[in-house]
Amino acid sequence: MIAVKDRKIALANIGVAYAAFLIGTLAGLLQVFIRNDALQLPAWLDYYQILTAHGVLLALIFTTFFIFAFFTTGMSKSIGTFGPKVRLYSWVGFWVTLFGTVMATVMIVSGKASVLYTFYAPLKASGWFYVGLALFIIGTWISSFALIGHYMAWRRKNKGHLSPLFAFMTITTIVMWLIACLGVVATVLFQYIPWAFGWTDTINVELSRSLFWYFGHPLVYFWLLPAYMAWYLIVPKLLGVKVFSDSLARLSFVLFILFSIPVGFHHQLTEPGISNFWKFLQVVLTFMVIVPSLMTAFTMFANFEISGRKKGAVGLFGWFRMLPWKDVRFTSIFIAMAFFIPGGAGGIINASFQLNEVVHNTLWIVGHFHITVGTPVAMTFMGLTFWLIPYLTGRQFTKSMQRLGFVQIITWTIGMLLMSTSQHILGLLGAPRRTAYAGYNNHPSALEWFDGILTSHVTMAVGGSILFLSAMILMYIVIMTMFLSPKAERPEDFVEFPLAESDKEHTPKFLENWAIWVGIAFALIFIAYAIPIGDMIQNAPPGSKGFITW
Amino acid sequence: MHLHKYEKIWLVFGIASLIVFLSVVGVSAFSHDHTPSGGMDTIDPEKVNETAPFDNPGVSQLDDDTYQVTIVAMAFGYNAPEMKVPAGKEIIFKVTSTDVVHSFTIDNTKVNMMVVPGQITTKSYTFEKPGKYLILCNEYCGTGHHMMSSEIEVY
Repeated sequence: MIAVKDRKIALANIGVAYAAFLIGTLAGLLQVFIRNDALQLPAWLDYYQILTAHGVLLALIFTTFFIFAFFTTGMSKSIGTFGPKVRLYSWVGFWVTLFGTVMATVMIVSGKASVLYTFYAPLKASGWFYVGLALFIIGTWISSFALIGHYMAWRRKNKGHLSPLFAFMTITTIVMWLIACLGVVATVLFQYIPWAFGWTDTINVELSRSLFWYFGHPLVYFWLLPAYMAWYLIVPKLLGVKVFSDSLARLSFVLFILFSIPVGFHHQLTEPGISNFWKFLQVVLTFMVIVPSLMTAFTMFANFEISGRKKGAVGLFGWFRMLPWKDVRFTSIFIAMAFFIPGGAGGIINASFQLNEVVHNTLWIVGHFHITVGTPVAMTFMGLTFWLIPYLTGRQFTKSMQRLGFVQIITWTIGMLLMSTSQHILGLLGAPRRTAYAGYNNHPSALEWFDGILTSHVTMAVGGSILFLSAMILMYIVIMTMFLSPKAERPEDFVEFPLAESDKEHTPKFLENWAIWVGIAFALIFIAYAIPIGDMIQNAPPGSKGFITW
Repeated sequence: MHLHKYEKIWLVFGIASLIVFLSVVGVSAFSHDHTPSGGMDTIDPEKVNETAPFDNPGVSQLDDDTYQVTIVAMAFGYNAPEMKVPAGKEIIFKVTSTDVVHSFTIDNTKVNMMVVPGQITTKSYTFEKPGKYLILCNEYCGTGHHMMSSEIEVY
C-alpha cells in the first residue's frame, strides 16, 4: 500500500476524472437524440455547446486526470513515496489544471466558446477560454515535472541502474506530452490570446491549424500510452506471467515518442497551404508507428499463450480458453484490446493520403475514435478503475461489484458495437460529422443515408442509450468503491496493485538514455515541419479577423 | 537485444507489407496524380469578392475538355450561381472562404475539400454519372453549419 498522502493526490485526480465522465457521457446521450431529431433543446442550449462539452470533458479532462491518478499511484509504488517537493508540485499541478478546466468549461457552458475542442480559428471564443486551455496545459506540465523530479531523485540514488518499467514508461509518456504541447502552447500564447483580447487584429489561420495538429496527434498517444502501460504491465500479472521482454517494451515506447509527433499533417490532408510532398512525408512517418504497434500486439498474444500453456493448455489455440475470463480486471482490458484491432486498421485507412478524402470529416471518423479512445483507452481505464479506487481507499471490491463490473463492460461493448458500426457505415455513405440534425431540404441522397438497418436512427440511439446506461453503472461502482463499500480488514480483502515483474538483466542501457531519444525526436520534428511551417509564416496571406458565428 | 524467432518473422512481414503499401500509395499519388485536394495559392480573405477568379464565381469553360467552377464559401452557404457541369469532362474546383473554415464536399464523390480563409483550395474531378449531387459543409462553422448546403447538376 502506498503512502496516504500520495493516495490523496491520486484520489483527487480520479474524482475530477469521473465528474467529467458523468457530465460528458450525459452530453453524449443528448447528442444521439438531437441528431435523430427526437429531442429539441431549450433555447438557451445549443447542439454545438453540448458537442464541445462532450469532446472536451471526455477526450481531454477525463483522460488527463485519470492518467495522472494512474501515474501518481504507480510511481509511488514502483520507485517510492513522494518527497515533500514532489507532493507539493503534484498538488499545485492538480489545482492549476483543475482551475483551467473550470474556466474553459464555464466559457463553453455560457455559450462564449462554442468552437469545439479543436477551436479552429478564425472562430473566436472569449479570450478567457484560451487562457483556461493554457492553464490546463501548464497545470499538466507542473504535475509532469513533479513526476520527473521524483524519477530523477531515484536515478541519482540508483546510479547505473535502469529504472523500473512502470517509471520508465511514465517518463516516456510525459516526455512525449511535453514535446507535443509545445505546438499548442505556441499557438495559444502567441496567436490566439493576443488576437482574442484584441491586441492583434488578425490571425494566421493555416499556421494555427498546423500548430494545433502538431499537438493533436501525439495527444492521441498521450491517451493511448497509459493504456499500453496497463497492457504491458498489469495484464501479465493478472495472467500470472512476467513481462514478456523488458527491452522490447522499452524500445516500443521510445519509438512512440519518435513517431507520434512529426505526423500532424495527416489530419490536414485535404486542406490547402501544405504541399503534397510534405503531406506525403508525414504520411510515411505516420505509418512508422505500425512497427511498435506490431511489437505490442505480438507481446500481448505471447503473454496470453505463455499463460495458457503454463496452466496446461494443449493444441494451437487451447490457451485461449485458459485465460482468466472470470476476472473483470482482465476481461475488460481484453475487450479493449480487441476493439483496437479494427480501430488501428481504421486509423491506417484515415492516414492513407488520398484515401482520406473518402472519410475526412464524415461520421466514419466519429466511429473511428469511439473504437480507439472511446473503447480501447476508456475501457482499459475502466478495467484499471475496478482495482485502482479500492486499492487507494482501502475498501473491498465485493463480489456484487465484480458482477456489476461485468454488466458494465458488456453493456459498453454492445452499445459501442451498435453505435460505432452505424457511424462507420454512415460516414462511408457521406454523412458529415459535427453536424446537428439536418435533412438538407430532404435531398434524396441525405435521406438515403439513414435507410439501412444498421444506419437507421434507431440503431444509433439504442447504442447511445446503452452506452449511457453503462456509464451510469460505472459511476455507481466508482461511488461505491470510493465512499461506501466495506473497508478491507482481513488481509485477503485488500485489493492489490497488480504489477508484473520485469526482467531487465539483458536490457541495453541506451534505451534509457534520454539524450538520444529526445535528440532524434527533435531531429525528426525539424525534418518534417521546419520547411512547411517556415513557408506558412513567410508566404502567409493577410490574416483573418475573428468571427463569432454561433 | 533478444528477439524471439517468431517475433522476427512477424516484424519482417509487417515492415515488408508496410513498404509495399506505402509504395502503392506513393506511386498512385505522384505518378497518377491521385493527390488529395490542396494548393499553395493565397488570397486576401477580406478582398475575396474583388479578386479574380472569385469576383465572378460560377462555371466557366477553360477549353474543350476542361471546366472551372469557382465557389465562395461563407457562413452559411456557397456563392456560385447555377452550378451545371457536363459528365465525362475534367472539372477544376476552386474554393475559398470569406470568413471561417468550411468544407466543400460533394456527396457520392471524392470531392472533399477543406476551405481555409486566406487560401485557395483546388481539386480536379471528373463526374461519371449525370444527376443532382448534394453539396454540404462538413467542417463546423457555427450555428447554421448543418444548414450549409447546395447542389450541383451534372448533365
